[in-house]
Amino acid sequence: MSFGSWNAIVPMACVTAAALAAMVAEAFRAPGERMPIGPLGAIGLAGALISSILLWSDGASSFGVVLADKFGLFVTFILIIAGFLSLAISEPTIDREQLPRGEYYALMLFAVAGMMLMATATDLLVIFLALEVLSLAVYVLTGIRRDHAPSTEGALKYFLLGAFSSAFFLYGIAFTYGLTGSTRLDRIGSLMAAQGGSPTPMHLMAVGLLFVGFAFKVSAVPFHMWTPDAYEAAPPAVTGFMSTGVKAAAFAAFMRVFLAAFDPLRPSWSLILWVVAAATMIAGTVIGVSQSSVKRMLAYSSIAHGGYLLLALLAANDVGKAAMLFYLLTYAVTNIGAFGVISVLETTDRPNDRVRDYAGLWYSRPALAALMTIFLLSLGGFPPMAGFIAKWYVFSAAVKRGYTGLAIIGVLTSVVSVFFYLRIIVMMYMTTSDSPVRIPPVPRMAGAALVVSAILIFYLGILPTRVLDWAAASISTIF
Amino acid sequence: MAFPILTSLIALPVAGALLLLLVRDDEKNEPLVRNIALVVSTLVFLETLLLWSRFNPASADFQFIERYAWMPAFGIEYFVGVDGISLLLIVLTGFLTPIALLCSWESVHKKLKMFCVFVLLLESAMIGVFVSLDLFLFYVFWDAMLVPMYFLIGVWGYDRRIYAAVKFILYTMAGSVLMLLAILGLAYLHPDGPTFDLLKLYAIEVPRNQQFWFFLAFALAFAIKVPLFPFHTWLPDAHVEAPTAGSVILAGVLLKMGTYGLVRFAFPLFPEAAAFFAPYLAGLAVVGIVYGALVAMVQPDMKKLVAYSSVSHLGFVVLGIAAMNTQGVQGAVYQMLNHGVSTGGLFLIVGMLSDRRHTRLISEYGGLKNVVPRLVAVFLLVTLSSIGLPGLNGFVGEFLILLGAFRWDPRFAAIAATGVILSATYMLWMFQRVNYGPVTNEKNASLPDLQPREWLVIVPIIAMAIVMGVFPNLFLRPMEPSVQRMLNQVHNGAPSRIQAKSLP
Repeated sequence: MSFGSWNAIVPMACVTAAALAAMVAEAFRAPGERMPIGPLGAIGLAGALISSILLWSDGASSFGVVLADKFGLFVTFILIIAGFLSLAISEPTIDREQLPRGEYYALMLFAVAGMMLMATATDLLVIFLALEVLSLAVYVLTGIRRDHAPSTEGALKYFLLGAFSSAFFLYGIAFTYGLTGSTRLDRIGSLMAAQGGSPTPMHLMAVGLLFVGFAFKVSAVPFHMWTPDAYEAAPPAVTGFMSTGVKAAAFAAFMRVFLAAFDPLRPSWSLILWVVAAATMIAGTVIGVSQSSVKRMLAYSSIAHGGYLLLALLAANDVGKAAMLFYLLTYAVTNIGAFGVISVLETTDRPNDRVRDYAGLWYSRPALAALMTIFLLSLGGFPPMAGFIAKWYVFSAAVKRGYTGLAIIGVLTSVVSVFFYLRIIVMMYMTTSDSPVRIPPVPRMAGAALVVSAILIFYLGILPTRVLDWAAASISTIF
Repeated sequence: MAFPILTSLIALPVAGALLLLLVRDDEKNEPLVRNIALVVSTLVFLETLLLWSRFNPASADFQFIERYAWMPAFGIEYFVGVDGISLLLIVLTGFLTPIALLCSWESVHKKLKMFCVFVLLLESAMIGVFVSLDLFLFYVFWDAMLVPMYFLIGVWGYDRRIYAAVKFILYTMAGSVLMLLAILGLAYLHPDGPTFDLLKLYAIEVPRNQQFWFFLAFALAFAIKVPLFPFHTWLPDAHVEAPTAGSVILAGVLLKMGTYGLVRFAFPLFPEAAAFFAPYLAGLAVVGIVYGALVAMVQPDMKKLVAYSSVSHLGFVVLGIAAMNTQGVQGAVYQMLNHGVSTGGLFLIVGMLSDRRHTRLISEYGGLKNVVPRLVAVFLLVTLSSIGLPGLNGFVGEFLILLGAFRWDPRFAAIAATGVILSATYMLWMFQRVNYGPVTNEKNASLPDLQPREWLVIVPIIAMAIVMGVFPNLFLRPMEPSVQRMLNQVHNGAPSRIQAKSLP
């Protein structure tokens, strides 16, 4: 065990420092004074970005439990992008709702740091630690509108269920430790492989409990119940952040734990994963069709996208692992964009998140409507948007591995999901409203973030080669 | 390096669309917007003519090939080229787009700029579909095409436009996603790892069991697009609700993509499965021919009548392809062009009438011959061309198809031939009710006759109908070697078939 290098934790240290600075700044802020706390966070993220780029070619390992390999760094990049975009689109929400600026940014940055740790941790206990760091921050962010009853309700639901699932996760770690005497992923993997033979009930308990813990975090069916409530409760900027950041971090750890440590037990979990992936894709899309709130609809869409990621996890070949990374990146850019538009449309007295509130948006705000269309079409998987390449990549992995049945379920549910993405487009373009929604002007930073997301979507959709190569390089370092 | 003519054909409309996006969208700029769109699409048409003139009709190979690596790790390339089969369909696309723009000169005012942008993007995607020789690239264009068409129907259509637009896009996608999986499966079958290169995939011998499933997936996607009975139900809705420009492009070009896909992909890639399924396809085709004609006969709405006549006419095309002999396939490709011209023409004329009266019901008209004689004259010519009167274009295609079908299986030819008679019945009956007799509805008494702009729209159509009817060889000769090569491929297998590796 080498304690020599601290390099691997530099990216998250930068973000944590920015979070601490934000808290200190908030403490010294006179009431009503505007402090540039958002830019402070951006500086922290920029530091994380630079240090991650420096780490990219050689990688680093700290304390034997944090491994900044290409895989972890790729996810870190996704988290940094998600962090930047979320900071930018948070501005209008904070101003309108008069949220405590410093706390909001500090919580968001702590969450990012926790996610980064989760993506790079190679020890079950550190993964648990990271999970708690990010979860606690996100629970609070969900309920940050304290005087808003539904918001508090959603946050409490999220917290109770989340705490419950953390217990599952911890119990799973305990079983694993009992079986192998270690919490380090590589040792668990080699010991499991050495034990061989058919798995004992203890093994199944360990795998099953950890699976439940992860399934909850990635909102896989049947552990998805909290998702629509929490997504609706949180301010849209937070929802965009947590739907993408938490997913990216949780899937990164999911992949490390199941493909590195529990790969020897694959026969016993692959069937479960098959069923859960199918159920997640089907339930996410089918229930999504009947939603009338755009946020809830996107929550179910997020569940369905989780199903496609599970499909990539199940395929677990070189294509599948890289597909998952590319998908997470695409999904982060797209979904934050979509929630960014929602957050811009919100006004103090109305959330404006009913599907019918979008009626005639094209006629009143053509640019916003066009951006929303790009995000929705990308979520629906239309070329030349990034979502198409991402879905194609996942299905390609599934076909290559021979999971044709699941791939068929995947493509058919993606057609169904197009139906509800189109509902919003229909509203924006093909209907007009008698009482048009009054939309506040779009703040410059938020507008810029939306445009950057749209550009990234086209870039990843038309010229994906470079990023695909990075994703492929990322998975070659591990497993 | 030679001038990248195919890429420029794809890029030019996109460039025009981007240019249009820079123009401010207000009423003052309407003429500017229209003129930019029209000039760009006319340039594209001229360039397709240039393509035709440079095309070597003696060669069966793909010409004007361009290929660049796109996603090399997956064997995906930007790989385009044309042969005799796709050449004329590209010219048809170039021919119909300016006409579609011109015919909406007066009828579209709402959000005109975006209308033109979507038409140009659609043109680019359609050309992309016809020139792609990489299956992934083909799929990208195939899917990308849906979005602008969806907007054209949904925003600028008639009353039930939203229903029609959503139905159109969901139907087409449901068929095509399974094709995507088949494409992926096929790509991984190639011994050199995944490749989407059509020419390399032509050369592999797909195991029989997989041919069966892949063919079904491809055929379903194309059958929905054609549309083949019983997958046709989206078509009448889409046609009726679409604006005239949308109908013209939909009938003229989009439907051809289904039949083009059968000729280019489904049959040559999976010859054994194709031979097995051909009689079933032909069976559905003849059912469609008769069914489409019978349903067309009882339609009270002219646009719906023309839409169902498309089901019937496209049935002929599928029958010709299923016959898999020279006459059948040549006739099928010829009939694709014909149908684009004559049905496009019919939609234009229905559009002109409904611009004047704001109704498409046959019963609202009557006795137009005395009111608008010139309009009725061109209406008659287009009607006759659609029926297949010798000397006009429709005859050549249908005759060749029936000849090919007869050589293959006379039973199909016999049933299909009734479709020819039925088409005369429903078209002429409609024509008679609209144009002859006394003027029963006084709203019709003072309709204006053809305007100069409308002459400009309809004269090219009529000229094409006559040229294609009198000089069919002009169009048949360039496609002959390519059709022959494709038939050899289907009948004998490619010269150097490689055994495909099996999937895990």
